[in-house]
Amino acid sequence: MSEFKHKLVVGLEIHVHLCTKSKIFCGCELEYGATANTRVCPVCLGMPGSLPVMNKRAYEFAVMVGLALNCEIARFTKWDRKNYYYPDLPKNYQISQYDMPLAEHGYIEIPLEGGKSKKIRITRAHLEEDAGKNVHSTGNYSQVDLNRAGTPLLEIVTEPDLNSPAEVKALAVELQRIVRYLGVSEADMQKGHMRFEPNVNLVIDIGGKEVKTPIVEIKNLNSFRAVERSVEYEIHRQLDEFGETGKTMGMGNKSTRGWDDVNHVTVLQREKEEAHDYRYFPDPDLSPVELSDEWLGDIKSRLCELPLQMQMRFVNEYGLSEYDAGVLTGDRTTAEFFDNAVKAGGDSKRLCNLITQAGLKMANEKGCSLAELGFSAEDTAELAKMVEAGDVNTTAANTILEKMTELGEGPRSIAEKFNLIQKNDAGELEGIVDEILAANPDVVEQIRSGDKKSGKARSFLMGQVMQKTKGQANPKIVSEILAKKLG
Amino acid sequence: MEDGLINLGLVELRDKIASGEVKSIEAVEAVFGAIDKYEPTVGAYISTFKEQAIGKAKEVDQKIASGQKIGALGGVPVAIKDNMCTTFGATTCASKILEKFHAPYNSTAVQKLLDADAVIIGKTNLDEFAMGSSTENSGLKQTVNPWDVQRVPGGSSGGSAAAIAARLCYGALGSDTGGSIRQPCSFCGVVGLKPTYGRVSRYGLVAYGSSLDQIGPITKNVADAALLMNVISGHDAADSTSVSEDKAPVVDYLGEIDEGVEGLKIAVAPQLNAGADESVRKSVEEAIETYKKNGAKVIEVEMPHLDYAIAVYYVIATAEASSNLARYDGVHYGHRTVEPKDYVEVYSKSREEAFGQEVKRRIMLGTYALSSGYYDAYYLKALKVRNLIRQDFAKVFEKCDCIMMPVSPTTAFKIGEKTADPLQMYLADIYTIAVNLAGIPGVSIPCGFDNDKLPIGLQILAPAFEEQKLVRIARMYESQTDHHKQVPPLTTNL
Repeated sequence: MSEFKHKLVVGLEIHVHLCTKSKIFCGCELEYGATANTRVCPVCLGMPGSLPVMNKRAYEFAVMVGLALNCEIARFTKWDRKNYYYPDLPKNYQISQYDMPLAEHGYIEIPLEGGKSKKIRITRAHLEEDAGKNVHSTGNYSQVDLNRAGTPLLEIVTEPDLNSPAEVKALAVELQRIVRYLGVSEADMQKGHMRFEPNVNLVIDIGGKEVKTPIVEIKNLNSFRAVERSVEYEIHRQLDEFGETGKTMGMGNKSTRGWDDVNHVTVLQREKEEAHDYRYFPDPDLSPVELSDEWLGDIKSRLCELPLQMQMRFVNEYGLSEYDAGVLTGDRTTAEFFDNAVKAGGDSKRLCNLITQAGLKMANEKGCSLAELGFSAEDTAELAKMVEAGDVNTTAANTILEKMTELGEGPRSIAEKFNLIQKNDAGELEGIVDEILAANPDVVEQIRSGDKKSGKARSFLMGQVMQKTKGQANPKIVSEILAKKLG
Repeated sequence: MEDGLINLGLVELRDKIASGEVKSIEAVEAVFGAIDKYEPTVGAYISTFKEQAIGKAKEVDQKIASGQKIGALGGVPVAIKDNMCTTFGATTCASKILEKFHAPYNSTAVQKLLDADAVIIGKTNLDEFAMGSSTENSGLKQTVNPWDVQRVPGGSSGGSAAAIAARLCYGALGSDTGGSIRQPCSFCGVVGLKPTYGRVSRYGLVAYGSSLDQIGPITKNVADAALLMNVISGHDAADSTSVSEDKAPVVDYLGEIDEGVEGLKIAVAPQLNAGADESVRKSVEEAIETYKKNGAKVIEVEMPHLDYAIAVYYVIATAEASSNLARYDGVHYGHRTVEPKDYVEVYSKSREEAFGQEVKRRIMLGTYALSSGYYDAYYLKALKVRNLIRQDFAKVFEKCDCIMMPVSPTTAFKIGEKTADPLQMYLADIYTIAVNLAGIPGVSIPCGFDNDKLPIGLQILAPAFEEQKLVRIARMYESQTDHHKQVPPLTTNL
């Protein structure tokens, strides 16, 4: 690798499929993976005489994202036709928004290491229809599947504010979290619900003089890992290339490279940015969209607390670690479940342990969300309270949570039914401790003599008490008794 | 009896069928009798549906016999311009590119005809994709003017206008982007109404200039047009540009048609009319005189921006067309070239082979107007002037009920006379084009004949959504004249 003092500059172009029930300009169902050309009608097939009708829901979803990204929301927008020929585009124009995007001038706050965050500016976000898919077969022809044609697609463009591969990945992850919280996209990268195209170049310092390498747009990224790795790769590649050729950014030398996920390299796809003339003009088939105060108010009322805000609140108000807060805010149901359980009086750390150690594990195994496991946030809070009060120990608590899922009963009744209530009676426990001590005189002697293995010996005695009480003894009380008796 | 039957108006026939005096099947047979005899000469139809029509007629007759309710067009034979999608037959737009295209759905207007129990006889010829003023641009066949078979029927709804004039049907639908209903009606001596933009659903009308296109009736008289308007008008959820009923409710256009308009104020623009042929100007002036005699007041007005209408139209309509027609690419449906060497050739060769000259010309014009670097100078500027034209009309309607002028500066011209000079052809639409740019309704009614016994049309324009007033004004003149009752010599012996 050539050694140049450099700074990475990345801006993102992002496409997000909105998960409305039907397509953006017709009533066809949106369904991933359906048999080719079965989710189509005259409108999305671009049949002669067919006309688009805007799906209000799609527009609302897009505005929600715009609001979540702190954008200025346009109160008057229109639809434009972007004209170009391609077999997956049945009308040979795409209905899009050209000079009046529905959202502009926003920012997204992304979490960085050490509890810090960074604001990345959003240039614009606009809505458009997705194209279909060309299916290339082995013969001398290709086929076209138009199921995807007309899927509402939100295009988001960021300013080139990202300066490390980790930041690029953080933005991608954060945006996924946001659109999932809003419930406007499934945002599955593998399924193409979300596509990231980083525009990458370097600012190189040569003796105090700054030069820029040509911009590269990276395509074919279908995982967060690929997003991060491809940018990382580009840094090295561009440094090497600069070292060899000294080529700098200039008119028309932007290129497109595809990510090869097997060999972990970017591969040149298009040498020069083609000078496309899309001949944009307002679509005469669609009326402009006027977003009234009332409508906007209605959309705003459907927003929720955003993941990063929640994550920070969990750290600041609930005293959780960055890591735990991150895990709990990974998805909205978990975050809200946890939040509700804390609000129902459960201790935040105990709840965090219950949910991250037992709850999410079960949810993962069953392939459902935390809320679908069959117990409420209130019940979970109750269980945390029982742990706090010493009624059950933490191991038993995890077992109880599992039983709550199976039986659909409250924590207390399960604890009683399965004898998981902890023995807190110091008198009764003292008797048991005495029995154990009496049965193990050599171990007792080992402790009293101050043997260096006395710690292990104490654990052994504790284990014996637990065995005797079938795990119901309160370990805190037992260890106090042991301490008193053994000095 | 047959002679009387074929010359009946649509309303009259509808009433006679409903009362049982005439059977629908008799009317259908009369129409197919006329088609057998004259269609080979006139060439109005691209396709006809005899079997289906007979079936439908029998069904309606059966309904009537058994006392069931029938629709507003119960058993009446009608035709539709072949740029409206139908699940039966092909929808060709008179283009080789769609010659074998079968639509999977019915356009809203056609569906409304079917729901009203109309009997659809066939689909009529037009200039390819409705681009033209003479129907000579049809990629599939030639239609002639029934008044003089050496002459054009006008266009682009030439097939529908010729079909009504030649008594090959009782009513028809046309479409009007720059005069395509009114001008052929003027040339063929029949009535044609272009409704306000947004009054009739465009869903299923194959788009030419989306912001200008509008479906409307072509009939023997004004009342017939009003009846068809009653059936096809109204909001359609499938067409975002169709106007909601709260904004502009659909009214009964036929009900008060004979009421006239008290204290009618007519606007005329003498500087505009000066460009018309002597015979046309005279006939239009005489028609206005008739109104005056009935108490109307005539006010002279100026509409300065109308001079730019043709220029504006040929930017906007072609720009929209260049995009609208991009879908005919040989990939998904329609004509595809054989053995293309790559996918680009699927596009270029399919389109080169199947589009006609005029369609290609307009696609190129529109593509140019929208191109980067030219957009502001052409398309954007045209939109601005379009607004000025709208304002010209609005100003006139502040003080007048309607505007009257010729439909076309000439009567029907000879076949081939203008095909070599597209600009001359474009100028034939000087009186009709501004109306589409403004989106207002207009009607063409017969108002006389020139020395060659060729029909002349009077154009009456009204403010947006004032179609009811428009047909009442038109009817005032029609009820006092018999131009509309004249039958072309070709068919007088029927």
